[in-house]
Amino acid sequence: MIGQLTIGERQFALVMLLALAVIGFAIAVAGRDDLLGGHGALVILVALAGIFAVIHGYYLPAPSEQRFERYYDDPTKVGIIVAMGWAVFGLFVGDWVAWLLVYPELTFDAGWSSFGRIRPVHTTSVIFGFGGNALIATSLYVLQRTSRARLPDQLSPWFVLFGYNLFCLLAVTGYMMGITQSKEYAEPEWYADIWLVIVWVVYFSIYLRTLARRKEPHIYVANWYYMAFILVVAILHIVNNLAVPVSLGHAKSYSSFSGVQDAMTQWWYGHNAVAFFLTAGFLGMMYYYLPKRANRPIFSYRLSIISFWGITFFYMWAGSHHLHYTALPHWVQTLGMTFSVMLLVPSWASAANALLTLNGAWDKVREDATLRFMMVAAVFYGLSTFEGSFMAIRSVNSLSHYTDWTVGHVHAGTLGWVAMITFGAIYASVPWLWKRESMYSARLVEVHFWLAVAGTIVYVFAMWNSGIIQGLMWRTYSESGTLAYSFVDSLVAMRPYYIARAVGGLLFLIGAVVGCYNIWMTIRTAPRTAGEAVSAKPDSVLVGTPALQPGE
Amino acid sequence: MGFDHGTLVWFSKSFGLFYLIGLSLLVVAYAYWPSNKKQFDRVAESIIRDEDKPWR
Repeated sequence: MIGQLTIGERQFALVMLLALAVIGFAIAVAGRDDLLGGHGALVILVALAGIFAVIHGYYLPAPSEQRFERYYDDPTKVGIIVAMGWAVFGLFVGDWVAWLLVYPELTFDAGWSSFGRIRPVHTTSVIFGFGGNALIATSLYVLQRTSRARLPDQLSPWFVLFGYNLFCLLAVTGYMMGITQSKEYAEPEWYADIWLVIVWVVYFSIYLRTLARRKEPHIYVANWYYMAFILVVAILHIVNNLAVPVSLGHAKSYSSFSGVQDAMTQWWYGHNAVAFFLTAGFLGMMYYYLPKRANRPIFSYRLSIISFWGITFFYMWAGSHHLHYTALPHWVQTLGMTFSVMLLVPSWASAANALLTLNGAWDKVREDATLRFMMVAAVFYGLSTFEGSFMAIRSVNSLSHYTDWTVGHVHAGTLGWVAMITFGAIYASVPWLWKRESMYSARLVEVHFWLAVAGTIVYVFAMWNSGIIQGLMWRTYSESGTLAYSFVDSLVAMRPYYIARAVGGLLFLIGAVVGCYNIWMTIRTAPRTAGEAVSAKPDSVLVGTPALQPGE
Repeated sequence: MGFDHGTLVWFSKSFGLFYLIGLSLLVVAYAYWPSNKKQFDRVAESIIRDEDKPWR
């Protein structure tokens, strides 16, 4: 890794890491009487580890000019491995939370393991840890291929990748200590938020600088989606996290918004996080990997442009459907509802575009589990966008809101769409990146596929049942006009579904573990071709030590 | 100042409506402009062929 940096980049990396260590030290000192101090220490440790790594490789020979003959894929390789690590961790914690709802004693009497703390650990790990790293990794891969240009330098992609994971680490450790600004999907406090802004600006600059050097005149549509993801997430993140800390030595901050304005800002953020983090970015992934894997161009490029702008225009206005029947003005609720229903058009255009691309290649879908992952992802994308538009209608929402139906809907989207398209993209890119013929075991990809599908279906059906029963029990009146069921009655009725949901989650987790093993074995065991072994020498970072290669 | 709730509602219900319609028309015109078709087809096709090295 360090060997690929030019001497100047190594020096700049050292300067940045030293600055980070100083900032960590300042945070540790200023926050010594607060939980913030612990995070200062964590930042120091991370910076020191980085300094040692750079010094260790500092005197390696500088990379040759030959590097410009190749794409720079090592950050993508590391990003994929880190994403899979977060997937297993996040899914494990998620399943733990699921079992916690069945057996409340599973907190083991500790504060850090209570529901309110490990639930955001789960959401942050899977959305930002798994999803975010997968987006960074694949976007850098796709950006270079579609622009026919190498990344502008060797240092900034590493800064983005490691900086982003430092943010995730601060977030997850913070929740377990009790640091949160209690905004859903935006829980990290002000100092972590500022750090993410810096990382994100560098990420966007990599995109712009690479596009400026592109040799292909047209910017392929996948890049539009990826750029919308980066740009809009920056806007959302900055606005929703405007806050004033108690002091520079305090983790706690107070939001600039209050009351219903706070709620509206939060759900403008929250729903657009779904739109631009969990949808636009992954559509970018789909528009590259699905045609590539199916070996057929996208069914309609025009349709992909129209659905891009449709999604970008409409999603911005949909957030208020999270606030039906609240103090939010009625017309704003109606606006959100209307745009949510209209969103069905560009969403289904994308899903149909993906499925029609596969028309004529269904034999490949049957034989190739990787392509099937992408196909099922497109189906679930269509399903959950239909469900979402439907649930945003005020009268439907009066039944579904605050119930497990919402949880089921979210997981149809995240497990069925986001995770499936990601696994498909990862299984497609791992052999390409590590120059292998194919994955270590096609059969294990098949096993992963069926575990993932079974897990998702069990999960989603359990939550649909649970949510609708919950919603109906909460609105059933007795003859005398009082509520027929207490809250605890509804809780007891949920128990079998909670068990089913936890089993479904477990299947999905096992699938991800199988996937990790398969990826690891692909990286480790297949022999490298002779030509690559020579040219990749100064570049090889993660292929493992050559001593582990079989036949050597 | 006159920049109160009523002003915002008026703005979003008038200009807010028409600029979205205007943008939509622009996008559809761009996507269906006959001379753009050749480029779109070429690009959609070109990601399938991948030499796996940058053009220099």
